[in-house]
Amino acid sequence: MHLEFETPIEELEHKIEEMKHLAHGSGVEVDKAVKALEIKLESLKKEIFENLTRWQRVQLARHPERPYTLDYIYEITDDFIEMHGDRMVKDDKAMIGGFGNIDGKTILFIGQQKGRNTKQRQARNFGMANPDGYRKALRLMKLAEKFNKPIVALIDTPGAYPGIDAEARGQAEAIARNMREMFMLKVPVICIIIGEGASGGAIGIAIGDRVIMMENTWYSVISPESCSSILWRSWDYKEEAAEALKLTAEDMLEFGLIDSILEEPLGGAHKDLKGTSVILKNAILKEIAALEKITPDERIKKRIDKFSKMGVFKE
Amino acid sequence: MTWFLRKAKGIQTPTKDKKDVPDGLWYKLPSGKIIHTRELKNNAYVSPDDGYHVRIGSKEYFELLFDKNKFTELDAKMVSSDPLKFVDSKPYIGRLKASIKKTHLNDAVRTAHGKMNGINIVIACMDFSFIGGSMGSVVGEKIARAIDFALKKKYPLIIISKSGGARMMEAGYSLMQMGKTSAKLALLSEAKVPYISLMTDPTTGGVTASYAMLGDFNIAEPGALIGFAGPRVIREFMGKDLPKGFQTSEFLLENGFLDFIVDRRKLKNTLTTLLSMLLEK
Repeated sequence: MHLEFETPIEELEHKIEEMKHLAHGSGVEVDKAVKALEIKLESLKKEIFENLTRWQRVQLARHPERPYTLDYIYEITDDFIEMHGDRMVKDDKAMIGGFGNIDGKTILFIGQQKGRNTKQRQARNFGMANPDGYRKALRLMKLAEKFNKPIVALIDTPGAYPGIDAEARGQAEAIARNMREMFMLKVPVICIIIGEGASGGAIGIAIGDRVIMMENTWYSVISPESCSSILWRSWDYKEEAAEALKLTAEDMLEFGLIDSILEEPLGGAHKDLKGTSVILKNAILKEIAALEKITPDERIKKRIDKFSKMGVFKE
Repeated sequence: MTWFLRKAKGIQTPTKDKKDVPDGLWYKLPSGKIIHTRELKNNAYVSPDDGYHVRIGSKEYFELLFDKNKFTELDAKMVSSDPLKFVDSKPYIGRLKASIKKTHLNDAVRTAHGKMNGINIVIACMDFSFIGGSMGSVVGEKIARAIDFALKKKYPLIIISKSGGARMMEAGYSLMQMGKTSAKLALLSEAKVPYISLMTDPTTGGVTASYAMLGDFNIAEPGALIGFAGPRVIREFMGKDLPKGFQTSEFLLENGFLDFIVDRRKLKNTLTTLLSMLLEK
């Protein structure tokens, strides 16, 4: 499974594999040729990935092979125990949460979860949480606060679920409450966009001391498709909408709306889960260590001040 | 010669012809009845026959709530800029200019303080006529500052919401206004300053999912559309018709998300009674 702009890379990779395979069988010396092709591959990847359009970033963020929340959690934690349920209505499988530890440090993880195959995708509701999911996340965050454990939120959602039951159970209220409560959490909160950061569904768990985007992700008020359908009155302007929304990590950092970007291995996170996980793990540990140096009151004040400064206007 | 002018169901009027506030001498109610605008105004812009609440803006709400229409406006001159240089079918900067000219408003919210039946209050009131009452940086900032003001003076806060949601043309910036306003409301809540959120027709999207749902008291006018996703989006997404009365004030009250529904004609007195009880020493 690869995206259109990945095709030249895939083809070259395939060629190298073939050559290696051929050499293995025949004893023909191909080391030099392989080496040359590998160098070519690196520069090809660089060329493609340094010139991605915003729409291509969106496609990478949605890549079917891209690691999802639990992939990272299982990769970076030594132990992880998942918790379920909002204690009111149900267990929303589009939002996961639990305690895990990294190098002896206990952390609460929350995040939207997407599915890998048709059955999983349905069970996970395509990563679109219902109000019950946001309430589950809040319940767990309060638990983390009670036991003085830092919180890491991994954000990956095409949006909060726009359904009849979701409305009846107060989707808007759940998201609003989460934001307000997250501002007052006494423990460090680190939010990392690992895939899609769509609007209210994303920010409902993305209020933190650090808001970080991975390199090939998007975060904005609306998806390019929906933006196209509303402003252009057609689904066909998604590329234009992605450009207009300026929704990439680079854009958001430039606007001062996020704190930093996590670089992914060349070719994207889906090409190297282990490598990406190490980057993620190191960033989490580094940020927690820095945040634990300041008092809870200071953290809360800085968290509020940071968001209070966001916005551009004339007086 | 047709008997009925409207052949198709739903709203057919192009946006440019949409009327929010009655400005002529006569006003035609949805029931078909024609009413003199003075009579409508004297009845708090509510139809005397069937209680239909006509959409009104900040000018009318301020008039209804502030004693003798006396108030001090906050940050009246603040206007949107165009940080993203956003262009869709037309440039955002052009939309802003046209809206300012058409509505005589600077953006989609006005904030002010004054007295309501003698009680000092801060009111932030949204205007749907300005780009669908959408929330961009100006709406977020003005609301944040109104909350700061309420916090400093310990005056109760009333926010009257009327919005299609976040303003797409400010993308990431508009999304973060949800965070900003929620942050300020967290502080207001800690300081135990009362906040009443009044939702009016329509209140949807990022506005509902931030300050509109965070009142100590969440109340609404009758028959208002209130929701997170808009009904059209949900209908398309679910691929089925929505139940009757879905996402109305009455639906939200029934589901436990409103404290009460208030008739606009009783709004000032109801708010005064509630705040008097809270502020009682």
